[in-house]
Amino acid sequence: MADITAQTATAVTTASRKGLTEAWFAWALILPAVLFIGVIVAWPLVETIRLSFTDATLTKANYIGLANYQQLLSSPKFYDIVGRTFFWMFLSVSLKLIIGLIGASLLAAAVPGRALFRALIMPPWVIPIAIGCIGWMWLYNGQFGFISGMAQRFGLLDGPFEFLAYKNSAFYSAIVTDVWVGTPMVSLFFLAAMQGVSRDLYEAAWVDGAGRWYRFRRITVPQIMPTIVSMALLSAIWTFNSFDIIYVLTQGGPRGGTTTMIIDAYKTAFGNYNLGEGATRAVAIVVLLSLFSLAYLRILNRVNKHYGVK
Amino acid sequence: MLMDRYSLLQKVGIYCGIALFLLFILLPFLEMFRTSLMPLSHLFHAPYEIWSDEMSFQAYHDMWVKVPLLGRYIWNSIFIAAMVTAICMVIVTPAAYAYARLEFPFKAQSLGLFLSVNMFAGAVLLIPLYRLLNTLHLLNTYWAMIVPGIAFLIPTGIWLLKGYLEKIPKELEEAAYVDGATRLYTLRRVVLPLAVPGLIVVGTSVFIGAYAQQYLFAITFNQIDALYPLPAGLNKFIGYQSVEWNQMMAAALTGVLPVMLVFFFLQKYLVAGLTAGAVKE
Repeated sequence: MADITAQTATAVTTASRKGLTEAWFAWALILPAVLFIGVIVAWPLVETIRLSFTDATLTKANYIGLANYQQLLSSPKFYDIVGRTFFWMFLSVSLKLIIGLIGASLLAAAVPGRALFRALIMPPWVIPIAIGCIGWMWLYNGQFGFISGMAQRFGLLDGPFEFLAYKNSAFYSAIVTDVWVGTPMVSLFFLAAMQGVSRDLYEAAWVDGAGRWYRFRRITVPQIMPTIVSMALLSAIWTFNSFDIIYVLTQGGPRGGTTTMIIDAYKTAFGNYNLGEGATRAVAIVVLLSLFSLAYLRILNRVNKHYGVK
Repeated sequence: MLMDRYSLLQKVGIYCGIALFLLFILLPFLEMFRTSLMPLSHLFHAPYEIWSDEMSFQAYHDMWVKVPLLGRYIWNSIFIAAMVTAICMVIVTPAAYAYARLEFPFKAQSLGLFLSVNMFAGAVLLIPLYRLLNTLHLLNTYWAMIVPGIAFLIPTGIWLLKGYLEKIPKELEEAAYVDGATRLYTLRRVVLPLAVPGLIVVGTSVFIGAYAQQYLFAITFNQIDALYPLPAGLNKFIGYQSVEWNQMMAAALTGVLPVMLVFFFLQKYLVAGLTAGAVKE
């Protein structure tokens, strides 16, 4: 009896000791992450905003008020770039999601060899993006490249075609490469989510005579919807800021045909060392992306409420 | 099971679909490999010929001579990604535990702020980062390519690992507390050993992120030849007169081979691991 009382007493003191220090302990655990993000992300963000009000170059930084913003917002080129960036994002992300969903369904099918197929889709995801782009650059080569060569052989093209030399073809070529880089990861996340769906649901539907397409539409897609919507947002943000692919393939050219906001910001800041004007463009990216994310989450909430999800 | 049985037509459809998908994914690699085997004179030849009767592995030999630092570039790539992963995991693990297990003020808000870091790619913040690294005298060192990379991988790391830690039964920790163990001791001796599979999956995905995205920081923050990672080092095959495409492709494939082999064997665990982290909602 005394033993039990003593034990309870210890348990109670342990509990209260835990309670008292829990918040401090938690913050101590998070502190390194907070410091790191503070120095490498938060402070540079504040600094970017400050620089956007200056005419900073490598050697000077004078406060010039809103001049950079006025200049940026009154330039028609800027609106072209914004429009192109959103088009780039919507097209590329849609393709990644659609191909990713189809790919994941194929890889989820219970056929012999699927373990090998799953391994074979990983390379574009795990190699440095810039290296994959060098491969695509060579594929797009007009004189000696595979695509142009094959198209000529099968009579689709009369002569060599430099895919990266014309505004439109360069843009869509970069989209294809961006989809190529992004699809494996999307597929693998969808595949992982599909495998988490309870088999009982499928079996119940199957017993009721539901076909494959019906099961896919009514069970698979709704069940993995949380993964699809979060992947869509993450993928949209990454695609919006996609730098390596465009920079390696075309450096934003030809004649600005593949210049998205991130390329524009980089080239302004590091091509001409107009750090102030570059910072203004970086701020524009952050503002537009924040607005987009907020709008997306708001629409998502409404959709979830409408369908009665959580 | 009967439900999983496919008709012949369905099987053909599935295999055709997979073949098409894999062709899209692997085409650049197949073409890179073919290119690496061709003599340069046959590459620069129109009309395009897939096959040449002079195919050889000569480029895999010549590339080390043409770019003497190639081995160094390959090593740099792996070294930078490994350092990013190691430091990132040391920072991510305690934080993920706090979010998985503890109650504290501003918990939800601070996690939301962490996740919003995902909105800032390194490219957006390059200007102040450049000045910061310059002030700290870190430009043109390995650190210039390691430190910025870590910051952008922390939030996703915390998020993924939190999912794992939440699955470890709470009772084990409670038992340790009753036995008088301190919080730190419990974290180190009870939680961490149980979290090893999760740590491996999260570490792997951090490594992939670090390995895939080192190009931008390398070309912006470093100008020392010997420190370049592979993607930036491959530029050395681009000469004033012509590009040694066959050697460049050979170097690219050789450089990513070790990492690809590791992932080839890890992928089974990775897919299973992503499921484990994702289901918790």
